[in-house]
Amino acid sequence: MKLITAIIRPHKLEDVRSNLDKIGISGISITEIKGYGKQKGHIENYRGNEYLIDYIPKLKVEIAVNDCDVQKVVDSIIEAAKTGQTGDGKIFIKNLEEVIRIRTNERGEKAL
Amino acid sequence: MKKYLLLSLFGVPAFALDWMSSFDKIDTGNTSWILISAALVLFMTLPGIALFYAGMIRKKNILATMMQSYIIVAIVSILWVIVGYSVAFTPGSPFIGGLERLFLNGLSVVTNDSTLSVHPNASSIPESVFIVFQMTFAIISSAIITGAFAERMKFSALVAFIAIWILAVYAPTAHWVWEGSGWLANHGVLDYAGGTVVHINAGIAGLVGAIMLKPRVGYKKEAMTPHNLVLTLVGVAFLWFGWFGFNAGSAVAADARAGMAMLTTQIATAAGALSWMVFEIIYKSKPSALGFASGAVCGLVGITPAAGFVNPSGALIIGILTAIVCYYFVTVIKRKLNYDDSLDAFGIHGIGGIVGAILTGVFCDKAISGAEASMSAQIIGVLITIVYSGVVSFVILKIIDKTIGLRVSKDEEREGLDIVCHGERLG
Repeated sequence: MKLITAIIRPHKLEDVRSNLDKIGISGISITEIKGYGKQKGHIENYRGNEYLIDYIPKLKVEIAVNDCDVQKVVDSIIEAAKTGQTGDGKIFIKNLEEVIRIRTNERGEKAL
Repeated sequence: MKKYLLLSLFGVPAFALDWMSSFDKIDTGNTSWILISAALVLFMTLPGIALFYAGMIRKKNILATMMQSYIIVAIVSILWVIVGYSVAFTPGSPFIGGLERLFLNGLSVVTNDSTLSVHPNASSIPESVFIVFQMTFAIISSAIITGAFAERMKFSALVAFIAIWILAVYAPTAHWVWEGSGWLANHGVLDYAGGTVVHINAGIAGLVGAIMLKPRVGYKKEAMTPHNLVLTLVGVAFLWFGWFGFNAGSAVAADARAGMAMLTTQIATAAGALSWMVFEIIYKSKPSALGFASGAVCGLVGITPAAGFVNPSGALIIGILTAIVCYYFVTVIKRKLNYDDSLDAFGIHGIGGIVGAILTGVFCDKAISGAEASMSAQIIGVLITIVYSGVVSFVILKIIDKTIGLRVSKDEEREGLDIVCHGERLG
């Protein structure tokens, strides 16, 4: 099992969710976050003066999946979240040791 | 004086000769328009300026910034009644009005013989209406200043500064320019609705305050971006709306000149907003909401001294030029000189007032104004106001700095004035 963590543009969330629905992924967690990558923030203009905004709002999408689903989940996130511009985000994949469904106490892949 | 003393001895109030009028001399049309105008000008401060400024600062200072406008309305109203109106609008020496109207002494409506008091400048409306109309100008002038040193001044220091400033700076200059015996008025200085008295006065006081308080903690190192420009856009809409009372009300009549002042105000404001936007498109590629609001205020400020004196094409040029000069000051000069005029009270009101006052001398149309404009008189009026407001504001601020202190501590500034000064915060 893997935990896929995708940092995406906030306005891409609905596209990502829709793509995940299409491939049968039923559960995701969303967190509002701020940060920066290579582009080091962005420029905003107030009364003609430029301000460098260091931390840009993003969404963190977390999805726990079976090993066999990893590639199609990654592909569908990329397809939905990509604009081709700097700041599209990143995807991180980590091993997941255990998953437990609280209601039934099921464990492992059955709990996903 | 002897004549007044003699009359007083016989029980006739000293003001009776010059100030009393009969009911039938009052024009109800004029009176109703000035009643509305007074309410419009008050609306420019509450909630106009309060919201305009509140949207541009950081969230931790929103209540404190709004409270500065609110407390000013209360303080200036009372001081205007006690002493301000008398020293500003009583005929006296060329430099200061008399004290015979302290506590509005002599303000009266006598139904028995159908007489009431009127001001010599506005003999077709009750004096009470004139007093409250002028009071709202004193209020907004003080409220404008707060934009220069927002986010770092002690509440107590602000209260003390405004209380002294309104009597030591605003009231005398209003007397010089607007009262018939004032020396600048007699020198030919034209200021239709307050380019000199309101905007230059407030802008210069703000600049002096901004320099004396020094920049905010983190200035130029942290992005101090506006926390809610919706509030600013609502505020500027209220300012634009209220400014019709400010300018068209300054005719002190519901007449052709009031109509022309309203028209020129609309033209200059629209021209100012569009000019600022064009500049942003050229230099920054995007027309911003704050830019539109800023340009509109530039147009409003620029046309203020000229509103009832110029024709529509003059208003158009004044709006455009004022926005160009203010844009340059706000975006270039301020950063070069390294003063922190937080919300550009000087950059827009001070500079806009100076540009408007000088351009009044250029575009004054005798067919409309009935007056000859003199460029030299306008420039002298501007320079004297700059020097007087600058020096006296400096002295007042210095005294406050040495006694109660001007600025909150660094830690308090980091925490925000809402909690530090008022013990409240937004949720």
